[in-house]
Amino acid sequence: MICEECNQRPASLHFTKIINGEKAEYHLCEKCAQEKGDMFITNGATGFSINNLLAGLLNMNPTIQKHEQDSFQKENIVQCDQCSMTFQQFIKLGRFGCANCYKAFGDQLTPILRRLHSGNSSHNGKIPARIGGSLHLKKNIEQLKHQLKEIISKEEFEKAAQIRDEIRLLESQLNTNHEGGK
Amino acid sequence: MSLERFINQAISSWMSAEGPDADIILSSRIRLARNINQYKFPILFTNDEAKSVIQKIQVIMDDSSFSKLGKMEILLMDELQPLQKRVLMEKHLISPHLAENASFGACLLSENEELSVMINEEDHIRIQCLYPGFQLLEALAMANEVDDWLEEKIDYAFDEGIGYLTSCPTNVGTGLRASVMMHLPGLILTQQMNRIIPAINQLGLVVRGIYGEGSEALGNIFQVSNQMTLGKSESDIVEDLISVVSQLISQERSAREALVKSSNIQLEDRVFRSFGTLSNSRIIESKEAAKCLSDVRLGIDMGYLKGLSKNILNELMILTQPGFLQQYAGGPLRPHERDIRRATLIRERLKMENQ
Repeated sequence: MICEECNQRPASLHFTKIINGEKAEYHLCEKCAQEKGDMFITNGATGFSINNLLAGLLNMNPTIQKHEQDSFQKENIVQCDQCSMTFQQFIKLGRFGCANCYKAFGDQLTPILRRLHSGNSSHNGKIPARIGGSLHLKKNIEQLKHQLKEIISKEEFEKAAQIRDEIRLLESQLNTNHEGGK
Repeated sequence: MSLERFINQAISSWMSAEGPDADIILSSRIRLARNINQYKFPILFTNDEAKSVIQKIQVIMDDSSFSKLGKMEILLMDELQPLQKRVLMEKHLISPHLAENASFGACLLSENEELSVMINEEDHIRIQCLYPGFQLLEALAMANEVDDWLEEKIDYAFDEGIGYLTSCPTNVGTGLRASVMMHLPGLILTQQMNRIIPAINQLGLVVRGIYGEGSEALGNIFQVSNQMTLGKSESDIVEDLISVVSQLISQERSAREALVKSSNIQLEDRVFRSFGTLSNSRIIESKEAAKCLSDVRLGIDMGYLKGLSKNILNELMILTQPGFLQQYAGGPLRPHERDIRRATLIRERLKMENQ
């Protein structure tokens, strides 16, 4: 059997990975297996940590595999401009280098976050009081708009008018906040 | 040092075996992961950044003390002996990672040890509240207050879309890990646990042994915690955990009742044998000690053993760890010496009960 990564050397390492019930088989030569990183080094001595698991999980990402194939010859490195961590390094370590990495790796992260957090990719929890000031307003407005739709569908127009006024008030607050911030 | 004084110094408030459902839930823990904006995460940061993170926290403490929890103290990891760090770790006040690897690691500790803030661990700031019994909501409220107190002075790394930014993508969003430590001998003896664990996993929760990832369930003690941190609000995450844990509590209670009904004498025998082992052995390994302590605690809860305090399991599970034994002995011990020291400590502790 020939290594499925380089298609040159004979495959000497065979792995079966099962994640969320999905089975995948790999046949690699030693060299490619090493390049693929920690996940394929199965020396029992160096215990299997959550890091390895995570790196494996991240490597499973189909967009990345596709990305690797596409950029077979031309080097196309995604890198964080603040801490200079590359996307490849992130995949290997399972850790970001700084807060800016989240922006730098952008769209490629969404499927990973979905996988890690049962399909979720946006925050619904606490917002810091000080730096998140206008965000509180935005969330409030969103909620009220949602309420407004429901009330209109029930044809309770008097109540709807009240909520509409409330939304306007919050929106004007949001605008003054923004101008004040600049 | 007398054993009594040693224990008094060693005990944190969460080991007291008081609080709601304390017969099954040993402790409740909330952890919030936070990072400081514009600073690289600890995995990559420079020494200057690391020092400045600690300084920021020190300034906050000097400016406006968080008075609710009494006096607080900053412990710098570089200034502690390995044994002191090990003891903090065995008490669950710091993580193994902070004790062993973190450069410029530090820990902010409240007097009763219910609050510990790890600094420069995997994230810049990790707020941890540890309460006895089943008190997740109380712990969450306290963690939130500490979070707000720090946020007054610190610009957190926060994104409108994905929330609090953390070094590991498994913590992003709320940065919240909620967990409870449960004593589940009934479910083990009735062999239900193997069936229950996969069911819990399917609900997005994780079940582990007492010392976290990869550790064994010593003494029938399990840690149940949330897996996902993104997409749900903090209170929803905690409420979901509470509802699953409440079901586990009632399952455990009915398993214990069933055991008493079906094999009363066998259970009584098991409890008293273990009590005998603990009160008489001269050499005891940690695994055997954990098993016997679990039996004895079950015996106390079920009324077979009278006149013993409930916190024996909580206390001795921690005090018989290698770090504590060596601190009590006042120096390093080899494994065999530890087993002897462990047996002595347990015997003496049980004697204190009878006085």
